[in-house]
Amino acid sequence: MEVDLRQDGENLIVRLTGELDHHSATRLRRTIDRRLDKGEVRNLILNFQQVSFMDSSGVGVILGRYRRVKGRGGKMALCLIPAGILKVLEISGVPKIIPFMESEKQALEAVSQW
Amino acid sequence: MTGSGSFMKLEIPSRSENEAFARVVVAAFVSRLDPTLEEISDIKTAISEAVTNAVIHAYEDRVGLIVIKASLEGNRLIVEIIDYGVGIEDIEQARQPFFTSKPELERSGMGFTIMENFMDEVSIRSEKGRGVAVTMSKSIRSRDPIPGLE
Repeated sequence: MEVDLRQDGENLIVRLTGELDHHSATRLRRTIDRRLDKGEVRNLILNFQQVSFMDSSGVGVILGRYRRVKGRGGKMALCLIPAGILKVLEISGVPKIIPFMESEKQALEAVSQW
Repeated sequence: MTGSGSFMKLEIPSRSENEAFARVVVAAFVSRLDPTLEEISDIKTAISEAVTNAVIHAYEDRVGLIVIKASLEGNRLIVEIIDYGVGIEDIEQARQPFFTSKPELERSGMGFTIMENFMDEVSIRSEKGRGVAVTMSKSIRSRDPIPGLE
């Protein structure tokens, strides 16, 4: 899995490419947490547009990051979720706690609303 | 599992880098039934959950063997994921949504729930200290030869 991090003000945008399973989850978690721990960003946006596969390990990564971001008073949004992975997220109840948006722009708006 | 149809058997070490390999092999095996993209995605996800469970839970800090057997009976895929590890003490508890014995690894506890949602049938057999066998089946719906025509 390729992970592209970009900072936009107090927002961290993470563009994911490839397969998100238990194997790739460990590195993804470490990469995002290292950046969050710097304390420069408050909100987190995960862009799933180029994710070709995801299982429940991805749900664990999302919920774990949600707890961290929320614990520091930030917000989180997901965007551009492919149909193939929507089902895993829905069964796991993720849409009830994290908004799913149609674009990075919308996701940025979602985390900026207070 | 060795009826009149096709069958396969795959043996892999319980390393996380083999999770992708296992799900791709089963997806390739079922491809002769001409499944839809959604069916392939469901099968890959369910296989990934079962194999990941074996990688994480079965052998604790050592690498052990995971066996994946699959067969086709008519339009039905039957797949079995077997390990010879520590076993599951309480299968009913393990099947509960959001239950995980490894919260420190940020496991979501949704593995069995996803298998049950994505496959037609899921059964789990386990004996403490002897391992786990998860058997799943899914019928592949035959496609309409002329799309849109009943």
